[in-house]
Amino acid sequence: MITYILRRLGMILLTMLLASVIIFSVTQLLPGDVAQVILGQFATPEAVANLRTELGLDRPIVVQYFDWLTRFAQGDWGTSMVSRLEVRPLVMQRLNNSLMLAGVSILMYVPLGILLGVIAALKEDRAADQLISGISMAFAGLPEFVTGLILIGVLAIAFDLLPANSSIEPGTPFKEAFPFLILPAITVSLTSLGYIARMTRSSTIDVLRSDYTRAADMKGLPRWQVLTRHVLRNSLLPTVTVVALGIGWLIGGLIVTESVFGYPGIGRLLIYSIQRRDLITIQAISMLIVAIYSVSNLVADILYGILNPRIRLGG
Amino acid sequence: MTPDEKSTILDVNNLWVTYATENSPLHTVRNVTMKIARGEIYGLVGESGSGKTTLARALVRYLPRNGSITKGSISLAGTDLLALPQSELRKVWGARVTMVHQDPAKAINPSIPVGEQIAEMARVHLGMSQAQAKKKSLEMLEKVQLPDPESVAGRYAHQLSGGMLQRILIATALTTNPQFLIMDEPTTALDVTTEAVILDLVRDLLREYETAVLYITHNLGVVARICDRVGVMYAGELMEEGSIQQVFKQNLHPYTLGLLGCVPRIDMNKSDIDLHTIPGHIPRPNELPQGCIFAPRCAIAEEACNAERPSLADVENNRHMTACRRWADVAKNMHIITKEKVKEEVDMEEIPLLLDARNIEKQFKVRRSGLSNLFAWKPDIVRAVDNMTVRVRKGATMGIVGESGCGKTTFARCVAGFESATSGDLFLDGESLPYSIAERSKATLRKIQLVFQNPDASLNPQHPVGQSVGRPLALLGNVLPSEIEKRVRELFEAVNLPADYVHRLPHELSGGEKQRVAIARAFAADPQLMILDEPISSLDVSVQASLMNLLAELQKSHGTSYLFISHDLAAVRHLSDWIAVVYLGRIWEIGSAEDVFSPPYHPYTEALLSAIPIPDPNIHQERIRLHGSVPSAVNIPAGCRFHTRCPRKIGAICETESPPWQNVTRFHSICCHIPLEELRAMQAPVAVENGKEPQ
Repeated sequence: MITYILRRLGMILLTMLLASVIIFSVTQLLPGDVAQVILGQFATPEAVANLRTELGLDRPIVVQYFDWLTRFAQGDWGTSMVSRLEVRPLVMQRLNNSLMLAGVSILMYVPLGILLGVIAALKEDRAADQLISGISMAFAGLPEFVTGLILIGVLAIAFDLLPANSSIEPGTPFKEAFPFLILPAITVSLTSLGYIARMTRSSTIDVLRSDYTRAADMKGLPRWQVLTRHVLRNSLLPTVTVVALGIGWLIGGLIVTESVFGYPGIGRLLIYSIQRRDLITIQAISMLIVAIYSVSNLVADILYGILNPRIRLGG
Repeated sequence: MTPDEKSTILDVNNLWVTYATENSPLHTVRNVTMKIARGEIYGLVGESGSGKTTLARALVRYLPRNGSITKGSISLAGTDLLALPQSELRKVWGARVTMVHQDPAKAINPSIPVGEQIAEMARVHLGMSQAQAKKKSLEMLEKVQLPDPESVAGRYAHQLSGGMLQRILIATALTTNPQFLIMDEPTTALDVTTEAVILDLVRDLLREYETAVLYITHNLGVVARICDRVGVMYAGELMEEGSIQQVFKQNLHPYTLGLLGCVPRIDMNKSDIDLHTIPGHIPRPNELPQGCIFAPRCAIAEEACNAERPSLADVENNRHMTACRRWADVAKNMHIITKEKVKEEVDMEEIPLLLDARNIEKQFKVRRSGLSNLFAWKPDIVRAVDNMTVRVRKGATMGIVGESGCGKTTFARCVAGFESATSGDLFLDGESLPYSIAERSKATLRKIQLVFQNPDASLNPQHPVGQSVGRPLALLGNVLPSEIEKRVRELFEAVNLPADYVHRLPHELSGGEKQRVAIARAFAADPQLMILDEPISSLDVSVQASLMNLLAELQKSHGTSYLFISHDLAAVRHLSDWIAVVYLGRIWEIGSAEDVFSPPYHPYTEALLSAIPIPDPNIHQERIRLHGSVPSAVNIPAGCRFHTRCPRKIGAICETESPPWQNVTRFHSICCHIPLEELRAMQAPVAVENGKEPQ
């Protein structure tokens, strides 16, 4: 088990290395010159050249890459080209905000998705199932900026239940931030909810049809006991993996949703940085996203292994 | 109340089960009446599609959503089951009725330790505490003779063998000491040796528990071994019912008679008799004939049989029921089933060799599964085939038998070239044969053809079957393109399929028909050697019989040699001229079929033969049982590989030294430490009719 985790961690490092190459190359390919962007349209060519030397942009690309990578690995993520502030504290603070939003969302859509999936499986092909499947499919198909705007229109403007704008001060503690998190969290959840529900539904249907579920029924166990002990224990195993794979969606969803609600998370920072050609910040955020995605998948695989006796104990 | 009525546990009257379908309702079970008494094992036999499982599920009111009981009554020890509300039903399930399912590996929850799955029965139905229930589960595991119950109880399904899992299901089912137990094909998924041990256990346990049992199986031999009464089901109705003696020995229905005739006998083979066959197939419930439902397939049906459907009646007033008008004629003509042939004496030595496979070895490298082993640097070596030498003579059949995992299929795949042997020599018709199919010439490929167990997996579902048969003709180039169609039709005729079937897709054919197509395709190349890997195992007895007849006939007319792989010893006995008995990748006995089936045997052969379920209640078989399962081919036991399970082990020599080959006759050899005279002295013939002296 330890060796397995170590090997996986090694794989993650390799992935990050590869990602760093890609991220660095892509940021280089972005159109426009940073120095030009910083100094504005009317800067003199001399001033631009001076700034390029100051920022190290006149060195060969490979040197720039290794310089960036070494510093990044050492925790020196550089200084924002635009705001001239240190990138790391900024990104970490925004990450903290995003994690609050992601956490609230996950706590919303995972249990609810599982619940709806199980209900749909139990009522397979009946009205409840079709309703759940239909609605979850519809929400999964709608992009966040649409659902977000609808939610703002209904819950914030029409009924005035929740704040429409979530642009809180970046360092706001969770307790105070919570009311501002609800609407964005619902928006993020609606997309992933259907995904979780559908996956749970299909694995639960498989298990409901299995011989061992029939055997458990024939044992005369109360129906709820058959469900909780015999069915869900097996049918929810794949959900662990599904949730982890959904982290990718979640991150994508956060980027859009944060912009819609003006929430100061990592997604909004990313978009902001892209608009300003702030390469250093873009690189840091991208690397962070790759790391989060890889680690969450590792955690899911380990969890799956622990929960599944066939993997835990070997064959 | 008569004593007989008093002990009746299950009383079913005129039961109808109907499935709602898109078109019309399907009456899958019709008019079934049966009684099962306390302590009685009632065998329910029938081919697939006869409604056995539907009936079983109806008896406990556990039908699929579209199924319902439309007529009749079910009473369980006085309780009217059909009147019970759903909530009450769950109190009957598990407490008064339990079920043992077919495939134990699927019927046990993979993520709950097996002991706990027994204990939950005790908690729910016997009101036991956690500790009491745990104790009860260990007690039950001991009852089913599992070694070390403590350790077994804590394990998960994937850590136990099929035989052990089936014991656990039996233990679970008996935990509450139910009144009625349904066993649905409980040994079908097991090896014949494991099956024999489980059947002994079931019989002993059920005597002790005095449970009323409905035992569902397609295997008449199993019924003869453990049941008291038997009902023969056909297309949803009971055709005959009576005691084992009555049904097997004073049979009153031509369908039962036919089924019995389909089973190959272990004292005769293809040159002695043709197996009886039942033409046609079971009608679906929406296309039943007007009169007797069996009439279209019946050899003795007459005009009147088509007029009216006979119902099950006690015609001789001795609780022997039949649904045949002509029962009296059936009783008179018990012998109609066997067509004895005039045996041609052939000197086996005269026949030249076709396949000569010498010292074949095949090793696989495997990584162990499980997270903790992902980093085992050294892969394990599985010695799947370890020095096997097999010769097949021209026009003859070499049968290879052994439990699953003994290496018989791997050996066949090495001969076919699908797997490259690790070492050894292959010769076909005197010429050296390359290991891999990729290195063999087109002409060689044509000479070796295969038929697999599952025709569904070997026929392209998108292609008309005629095209599948035509492919080898075109590919191997032994027929002119213009003549392919004609040749395909000839092949269809040879395997007794209507010529217009060439345009059909595989899903439009029955299992037996698909296997005929597979055989036709194999013969299309006009091969010298046919490798038959369990070609009939997944089919019904009547279909098996007709395919065995077909294979024997084609062999005779084409002079093809067969390498016949099977775990069904009776089928091997019927089709083979020669038999090799394989255990853990090595041959332990080889010889002519007749010799291998008579003493002296290798102790492993003896155990295999003793396990064969013979469909004749008057046959006595020695009870020699193998315990445990085949050891892993990664850690092969030292000395004689069979010593860990050998019932006739003589001592330390078996554990340390490889046994020598001893020649019984020029064509029959046994690899064992026990001298032949001693083996002969302690072994009995496979089967002896009660009251007769063994010859």
